[in-house]
Amino acid sequence: MKAWQKPGFWLPLVIVLVWGGVVLLIHQDTMRETAFVLLMAVGLASSLNILLGYTGYVSFGHIVFFGLGGYTGFYLLSEQGWPLFAAAIGGGLLSAFIAGLVGLAVLRLRGAYFALATIGINEAARAFVSNFGPYGGATGMFVNFSAYEKYGGPGPALWTTFTFLWITTLVVLLVSYLVKHSRFGLGLLAIREDEDAAMVMGVKAPKSKTITYVISAFFPGVIGTLYFFKNGNIEPGDAFQLHMSIEMLVMVMLGGMGTVMGPLVGAVGYQWLRGYLLTSPIFKDLHLAVAGAMLLVIILFVPAGIVGWVRNHVRRLQKVLE
Amino acid sequence: MLDQLISSLTDGLLLGFVYGVAAMGLTLIWGVMSVINLAHGPVIALGMFGTYLLFTHLGVNPYLAMVPVAGAGLIAGLVIYVIAVHRVINAPHLSSLLATFAVNMIIIGVGTAVFSTSPQNIDYSLGSVEVGFLTFPASRLVGAFGAILVTACLYLFLYFTRPGKAIRAVANNRMAAELMGIPSSRVLALSFGLGTMMAAVAGGLIATFFPFTILSGGPYELKSFVICVLGGLGNPLGALVGGLILGGLEGLIPTFMPVSWVPVVEFGLFVLVLLVRPTGLFGAK
Repeated sequence: MKAWQKPGFWLPLVIVLVWGGVVLLIHQDTMRETAFVLLMAVGLASSLNILLGYTGYVSFGHIVFFGLGGYTGFYLLSEQGWPLFAAAIGGGLLSAFIAGLVGLAVLRLRGAYFALATIGINEAARAFVSNFGPYGGATGMFVNFSAYEKYGGPGPALWTTFTFLWITTLVVLLVSYLVKHSRFGLGLLAIREDEDAAMVMGVKAPKSKTITYVISAFFPGVIGTLYFFKNGNIEPGDAFQLHMSIEMLVMVMLGGMGTVMGPLVGAVGYQWLRGYLLTSPIFKDLHLAVAGAMLLVIILFVPAGIVGWVRNHVRRLQKVLE
Repeated sequence: MLDQLISSLTDGLLLGFVYGVAAMGLTLIWGVMSVINLAHGPVIALGMFGTYLLFTHLGVNPYLAMVPVAGAGLIAGLVIYVIAVHRVINAPHLSSLLATFAVNMIIIGVGTAVFSTSPQNIDYSLGSVEVGFLTFPASRLVGAFGAILVTACLYLFLYFTRPGKAIRAVANNRMAAELMGIPSSRVLALSFGLGTMMAAVAGGLIATFFPFTILSGGPYELKSFVICVLGGLGNPLGALVGGLILGGLEGLIPTFMPVSWVPVVEFGLFVLVLLVRPTGLFGAK
C-alpha cells in the first residue's frame, strides 16, 4: 500500500500502538490509569478535529456525544447485560444517530451561531437526562457488579477496557487520516475555506457536513461508554461538562487543528501540563489561571498550534507531520 | 390557582429584567464586533463579589456600590479587550471564542484562589412589598427598577451621544465608519467595556437576591445566551424583552411541571429559535 510509505500516515499510529503495547506489557495499574486518561484525550480531541479541523465548524458542545453515548452504553451494559464491546458500539451508534438527526438542522447555521447551538444542545441534553427515569435521573447510575464478572472481576475488566480504548484511539487516528486524504476530505477542506465557493464547485456541503458530524460523534460515544464503565458510575454533571468540551477544543488548538498529528500532540501536551500544574506547589492554587494564560498566548501568537507551527517553519518535517 | 400563577409570573418577570441587563452586555458586544464573550459569566461573578466586598468591608449600601462596580467593570472590559480580544478581532470565530474563554479561566482561577468557592451572600434586606394579594421581596422591585434605569441610560447613550453614535456606526459597518474618521479600535474597546460593565452591574443586582460563589456566573452566562438568541443577537432592546420572556418562563413552568424541567424547556427553545429564526423573535427576516 502506498500510504505505508508516508510517515505522516504511520507515525501517529505507531506512536499509539507502541505506547499502548508497552503499557499492556508492563501491566502496572498506575501506568494504565495515566495512559487511559491520555489516550481518552487523544481520542476525543482527534474525533473533534475531524469536524473542527477539516470543516472549520466549531462544535462547542461536542461533549454531548460523549455523555449521551456514555449513558446509553452504560445503560446497555449495566441494566441490559450487554458485553462491553457491543455496548460501546451501541453507545457510539446512538451518538452518531443523534448527530445525524441534529446535524441536518444545526449544520445550516454558520460560525458563532453553530457554536452557540451546540452549547444549547449540550445543556438541553444534560437537563433532559437529569429528568430521564431509565437513566437514573439526577443521581445517575452505578455499574451492576455482575457486569464485571464476564471479564474475571473488576481488575481484569479495567485492563479489557483499556485495551478497547487503545484500539478505539488507533481507529480514530486512522479514520482521521483517511478522511483527510480522501476526495471526501478535500471537499471538507474546501468547505472550511469557503463554503459557498465549495458548493458552486460541486461539493455537496450539507451532506458532507452531516456525514462528518456523524463520524466525529461516533467515537466520543464509544469512548464515553468505556470511560464510565471504568469509573463504575455515571451522572449528568460528569457526562455533560461544558468545561471538558472546551478542553477538547484547547487540545486541538494546542496541537494544531486540521492535522492528524496535532490532536495527539495537543492532548498529551495539555494533559501533561495540567498534571504538572495541579501537582506543582507554586501553581497548585492557580492552575486554572496559568492554563488560561497559556491558552491565551497560544491563541494570540501561535494560532496554528504546535504541529502547524513546526510544519510552517521546518520544511523538511512537512512530509513527516500530517 | 390564578393567584399563584400571577404571583410566580410577577416574580419571574421582575427577575427577568435583571437577566435582561446581563444579556444586553453580551448582545452589545456581539452586535458591535461579532465576538461571543465567554468571559461574561466570570465578570458577572466579579460584579457580585465587588458589591459584596464594598458592602461587608466598607459598609457601602449595595445599590450605591453598583456605581463603583460599574466603573470597575468598564475598566476591566477595556483591559480584557486590549489584551485578549483586539488581536483576534478579525480572526475566525474559534480564536475569539477561545481567547475570551482563556480570560474566563484566568478570572475563575484567580477568583477561586482568592475567594474560595464557598457561598457568600449580601445580608441586606429591604423587607417585602405587598400589592393586593401579591407579596414579593422589595429587592426584586429595586432590582427591576435598576435594570430599567441601566437600559434607559444605555439607550440614551447609544442614540444621543457622539461615542454612542460611533458605536452604532461601527456595529453597522466598521469599514465605512473608519472611512468617516471614526477610530474603530477605540470604539470597539469602549463597546467591550460597556458590555462587561452591564455584566458587572447585573452581577451586583443578582447578588442582592441570591447567595453566590465565584462560579455562579456560569448559569447566568448560559441564560444570557438564551436571552440574546430569543431577542435577536446584537439587539439590546430585544435582550431586555428576551430577559422578560425567560424570567416569565422560569416563573410559570414550575407551576405546571417539576422545576428540574425548566432548563430542558429553556435550552430546547434556544436551539429551536436558533434553527427557525436565527435573527431572534423580533429580528428582521
